[in-house]
Amino acid sequence: MNDLIYGIELTITGLLIGSMYSMVALGFVLIFKASSVFNFAQGAMTLFAALTLVGLIPMVGFWVALLLTVGVMGGVAVFAERAIFRPLVGAEPLVIFVATLGLAFILEGSAQIFWGTQPHGLKLGLPVEPLMIGGVFVSMPDFISALAAAFFVILLVLFFHKTRIGLGLRAIADDHVAAQSMGIQLRKVWTIVWVLAGIVALAAGMLWGARIGVHFAMSLIALKALPVLIIGGIESIPGAIVAGLIVGVAEALGEGFIGPLVGGGVQDIMAYLVALLFLMFRPYGLFGEEMIERV
Amino acid sequence: MAPVLRIEDVEVYYGGVIHVLKGVSLAVPEKGIVALLGANGAGKSTTLKAVSNLLRAERGEVARGTIEFLGRSVLKLDPADIVRLGIVQVLEGRRLFEHLTVEENLRAGAYAQTWGETVKSDLERVYEYFPALAERRELKAGYLSGGEQQMAAIGRAMMGRPKLILLDEPSMGLAPLLVKEIFQIVHRLNRDEDVAILLAEQNALMALSIVQYAYVMEGGRVVSEGRADALARDDTVRRFYLGMADHEEHQSYRKILEEKRAAAGMRNLRKRQSAGGSDDS
Ligand SMILES: Nc1ncnc2c1ncn2[C@@H]1O[C@H](COP(=O)(O)OP(=O)(O)OP(=O)(O)O)[C@@H](O)[C@H]1O
Ligand SMILES: [Mg+2]
Repeated sequence: MNDLIYGIELTITGLLIGSMYSMVALGFVLIFKASSVFNFAQGAMTLFAALTLVGLIPMVGFWVALLLTVGVMGGVAVFAERAIFRPLVGAEPLVIFVATLGLAFILEGSAQIFWGTQPHGLKLGLPVEPLMIGGVFVSMPDFISALAAAFFVILLVLFFHKTRIGLGLRAIADDHVAAQSMGIQLRKVWTIVWVLAGIVALAAGMLWGARIGVHFAMSLIALKALPVLIIGGIESIPGAIVAGLIVGVAEALGEGFIGPLVGGGVQDIMAYLVALLFLMFRPYGLFGEEMIERV
Repeated sequence: MAPVLRIEDVEVYYGGVIHVLKGVSLAVPEKGIVALLGANGAGKSTTLKAVSNLLRAERGEVARGTIEFLGRSVLKLDPADIVRLGIVQVLEGRRLFEHLTVEENLRAGAYAQTWGETVKSDLERVYEYFPALAERRELKAGYLSGGEQQMAAIGRAMMGRPKLILLDEPSMGLAPLLVKEIFQIVHRLNRDEDVAILLAEQNALMALSIVQYAYVMEGGRVVSEGRADALARDDTVRRFYLGMADHEEHQSYRKILEEKRAAAGMRNLRKRQSAGGSDDS
């Protein structure tokens, strides 16, 4: 019985953390759908956004800092699209992938120049008393982060499916020449997508920063998203959401039940173990875009 | 009537070196329907893409000539601007957004429009033309049959409220009966919706049955043109395009012309000979 409650607690914790994985993964899905490229710089963007935010907070206060950071991330996005990706239109995906690597280095480098290499704490002033729901403890900060992440996820889904730009984006993902033939402007959509990816990075940076502090390891968030993308399918929005939750739960349960037996450290490999299983049995991922083939 | 589209002496290169169009001139009258006929590789698609400026996506470039839409040069415009002016191309091979539903495909066609009430009424109008699509509006377009896909591609173009549709090879891969049905709809579209149509087709017989005027291309040039009824009766066109002089040794249109001239020459010679009184046959 105790094990059961413990299991439920772990599952809930896993779901809460998983919602953040979902959000981070959606940042990748966004760019991948628009330009068929795995944006390696997403992690660096997260770090850059978080560092900018914590750097600005002491100067201007939280809300102004948040607003300014949104502006900065918009600027980064426009710069990335104009200076790096636009000239590479039509280039091999591998070339563009390497360009995202380059962007990651530029961002990490300039983050160091502007904000130094010190880790920072980020206090969002969230309430800390745990929540008690039906005899199950739920961490309050986790709960609030999850709400925020869920909010962003819903916003992104609405963006994809209910807005004109979202439709244009999905059209481009399917056939960019046909998309152009109906007046969908690749560049405009790309710029908007990069700005959105920047904002997702900021949200992720903020929520992660509040959990574990803001430091350079944050850019490794890209590695955290990788298994999520493998499980969910890199082109799939629902895939990213569900896979994020799966990874969160797998990590929490793994750490909670298997961890004590082997002396911990299970958390970090759980995601990859699950991803490996998916690679073996469902290589396109949970909801990876099925190849539509008619005969 | 003043032409809605006028192409004058257009030359196109791909990648700066491959000379594909070598001086193409044609015109589409306002609300008219005109065919661009020709075999594989004649340059039909390239001509259409030169107008819509989708050439650029394939590293193609108009090196010479003029392309005017409603009296205004469209050579330097972006594809999106050209769509907004009122030219929409239906690409060869339909090119639907496979993972989007039929209705999302149609909505994407209205992308360049202001996003509002007109979209709804335009959707209904497309569904009137293509009832098969109305039943399948929530289906992913990739699962449509070939004929339905062609209908969706044409409907998607209609959603852009064009004044001119560049329709590239709608008959491709479709059964004759279906081709007929689609061509009839195209014909009705042209008649009832005040939209001019430039139709690139290999299926000359079918195309000539719905257009007013046609151009025949070969090797990047227009080699013949005329009213549809005249071309349909024309011996050389019939022989080359209607399967009467089938694909023996890559017979080219020009070769047929030359043969015809040679034959005519022979006949004249014979006539003269017989007039001269000698008969050696
Ligand atoms: N992107 C490209 N790069 C280089 N050459 C091209 C390109 N696209 C077309 N061509 C060449 O241009 C010529 C004309 O091609 P185009 O597609 O315009 O012919 P078409 O008349 O539409 O033929 P089809 O009936 O087969 O569609 C062909 O010889 C083709 O090989
Ligand atoms: Mg063609």
